[in-house]
Amino acid sequence: MITDLEKQIVRALQEGLPLVSRPYRAIAGKIGISEEKLIDTIKDMRSRGLIRRFGAAVRHQDLGFTANAMIAWKVPAGEVDRAGGLFSENPAVSHCYERSTAGSWQYNLFTMVHGKNPGECQAIAGEMSRISGLSEYLVLFSTGELKKESMRYFTE
Amino acid sequence: MELGNLDRELLNIIQSDFPLTAEPYKNLAESLGTSEEEVLASLKRLIEAGTIRRLGGIFDSRRLGYTGTLCAMNVPQEKVALAASVVNSFPGVTHNYLRDHDYNMWFTLLVQDKGEISRVTKEISNRTGIDEIISLPAVKLFKIRVNFDLTEG
Repeated sequence: MITDLEKQIVRALQEGLPLVSRPYRAIAGKIGISEEKLIDTIKDMRSRGLIRRFGAAVRHQDLGFTANAMIAWKVPAGEVDRAGGLFSENPAVSHCYERSTAGSWQYNLFTMVHGKNPGECQAIAGEMSRISGLSEYLVLFSTGELKKESMRYFTE
Repeated sequence: MELGNLDRELLNIIQSDFPLTAEPYKNLAESLGTSEEEVLASLKRLIEAGTIRRLGGIFDSRRLGYTGTLCAMNVPQEKVALAASVVNSFPGVTHNYLRDHDYNMWFTLLVQDKGEISRVTKEISNRTGIDEIISLPAVKLFKIRVNFDLTEG
């Protein structure tokens, strides 16, 4: 469960940490709590997993990882855990999810991979296929970015 | 933007270990052997250039009570602009990409109430005239978001 204070902290933190010497004091002042209380509550939210990571969200293209591909795998039901575990060990994989299938779409394991160029993403997919023994997969490169934003929670 | 040494060192640390202390920028400066002013100037540049998308908390949407899904639809070329504007108008849509497949538009959707997913996809169908939108909610999460290591240059 999430408290009203924690919701207020989420709203404040998604505006970004101010670039002043005492950023937590600045935020705490707006919420009407002490700097210490704010820091303690953020730490608690982090330890409970409400905050997955505290720090900078970066645009990976700027860091030299210019190509990314969504690789979708068709994995037999009994093998999903093994494949998901294997793929997650690969440092080029940033996200790995098992997903429901729907309609004609029967690929159930999704991995996002990042590379210096499309060829490297293809090579990573080939290597993942070799290691896992899974041969049915699609490498879907993005051909256009239409929206990419951070979620804004509790705005209503 | 061109990243300097301080930028790289800072990014390596603050992707996961931003100090939760009264004077975090000063503490970062101390551990990197520089001044608080230099750290603040570097962060300001990185934020203005968009390299840092946001400085703060990265939240677990599910633990905040939100439900997410990945949706895909087959959009004819002449409707791409319309569909993009309709899909992007929902605040819960955070990522939307064109991809090279019959299902050529892929977007993520976060909502507070699970029932809202079908409400949103129905509205997108109504406003675009595209009947089929597949929703592929996550069944199991194996891995999410690594930090990018910049020490290799």
